[in-house]
Amino acid sequence: MSRLEKILGSGLVFPLLLLIAWDLSIRHGLLDTRIWASPEAVVATAREQFRDGSLLTALGASLRRDVLGLLGGGFVGLVLGAGLGTIRLLDDLLSPLLNGLKHIALFTWIPLMSIWLGNDEPAKIAFIGLAVFLPVMLNTYQGVRSVDARYLEVARILKLTRLQTLRRVILPSAAPSIATGLRLALIYAWLATIGAEYLFAVAPGIGSAIMEGREQFRMELVLLGMGVIGGVGFLFNTIANRMQAYVLRWQDTN
Amino acid sequence: MRASNTNLAPLRRRLIPAPSGKTATLIKLPVAPIAGEATLQVRQRQKAIAVRGAFPYRRLCLGSLSPILLLFFWDIASRAGLVPQLILPSPETVYSALASMVASGDLAANLTISVRRVASGFAAGALIGLVLGAAMGLSPRVERFLRPTFLAVAQIPVLAWIPFLMILFGIGEALKIVIIAEAALIPTMLNTLDGFRNIPKAYLELGRIYKFGKLQTLRRIMLPGALLPIFTGLRYGLTHAWQSLVVVELLASTEGVGYQMVMARQLFQLDVMIATMIVIGIIGFTLDKLLAQAETTLARRYGGAT
Repeated sequence: MSRLEKILGSGLVFPLLLLIAWDLSIRHGLLDTRIWASPEAVVATAREQFRDGSLLTALGASLRRDVLGLLGGGFVGLVLGAGLGTIRLLDDLLSPLLNGLKHIALFTWIPLMSIWLGNDEPAKIAFIGLAVFLPVMLNTYQGVRSVDARYLEVARILKLTRLQTLRRVILPSAAPSIATGLRLALIYAWLATIGAEYLFAVAPGIGSAIMEGREQFRMELVLLGMGVIGGVGFLFNTIANRMQAYVLRWQDTN
Repeated sequence: MRASNTNLAPLRRRLIPAPSGKTATLIKLPVAPIAGEATLQVRQRQKAIAVRGAFPYRRLCLGSLSPILLLFFWDIASRAGLVPQLILPSPETVYSALASMVASGDLAANLTISVRRVASGFAAGALIGLVLGAAMGLSPRVERFLRPTFLAVAQIPVLAWIPFLMILFGIGEALKIVIIAEAALIPTMLNTLDGFRNIPKAYLELGRIYKFGKLQTLRRIMLPGALLPIFTGLRYGLTHAWQSLVVVELLASTEGVGYQMVMARQLFQLDVMIATMIVIGIIGFTLDKLLAQAETTLARRYGGAT
């Protein structure tokens, strides 16, 4: 409550000033109306887009891609990360190669993937999967590797089977790190979704929608899309933080 | 990476005994009260020494084995015609594409353009980020006034700004600089703000006891205390700037390394594409390693606070 009061106290003043300046400069012709849209136009477009459902359809298509990529990339990342973390030979063999791979800027993969997988849905989902795979794998690996040797020793003394050790010792120990990986993955997946919609073939989606808005010089559409993308990102982040806090609620809070 | 470290910290603190004092006393015990405990301590210590001291031969040998094997199978596959050249050119072809790019000066020309873009965009973005972050970090009033707005702006990823900025600036040089600057600005600003905010209260109190003036407090306490987080912000800023450069050049450019990839894609020159990817990867790798090294050096000097 006090936080809300603080924001109302002064944090809202600056954006309000910006909004007024924007509105006034359009009214008085300081901003070129061929390029700029007025605040009312953005609101009107938002209403219209919500009513005819085109915004929601686009958002739905994007979210579908995002989730599919997350599931695929997340699964492969978890399995490989846990494998590299527990099997020494695999770690020594593959880790340097995979660590090298992460230095290639993510979007550089798009031209190559478009040749290998085409320009449509499978390529987009694969790209999102790749974006998710790297943080999930690296953080899972780190988490599994940093399990205290004494805990593993205890597991050996108690004659736990491999599966039991994994479930009772390794997973709880690695959980914070894995959660961080998944949180990063959520952010990366959304970025990759937008990027994939820009760079692969045009298909329904929020990224494609704002690119189309740009081509038609419809600033109100672009601004609306930006707001939606930012909002979804913010929502993802909030959900991820809550979930992380919930899953890790057993941890010490010191 | 930073987030994962902070999250692990409480766990580590709980699991791993404090590095200096406690471990030593435990090991010094002449007769261990519990045998298992002592051997474990010793074993852990030996392991730690092995990890720290010995040269990782095994890792180096096995680690270089996988790229070699990859190259080998790649070569065999393309020689035997298992994969068509149009889908995956042979390593030789990629190498000769790289060599000819270097020889013809194409690579150097495109790289120069890209690096210049990153440098000017990063310089502008980092400067604005530093000023904004410092202003908010040093004055609670400015922070209350500006922070919510900038946090909201930071929620919108750089990618989503691109169409908007394309309308405003066209697809010329200005667009690239602005986008790269924006990518560098946000992490620099947020980390600078954090750096100034998180200076331990005790240090500031100490300054008050010594009757430091405002300028002295800034120079002697605030700046050294915030240096490390600011550097971390700049490091993230540069990484983001480099990533954004690639995106902008893929989307709208007529020169630079990203454009080189787009061109190669259109001409189906996979050898050029893969060679360019390797170059981009090497640059990213070098950048990362250099900055990480600089950060550890800085942390050794100024990292006492955290």
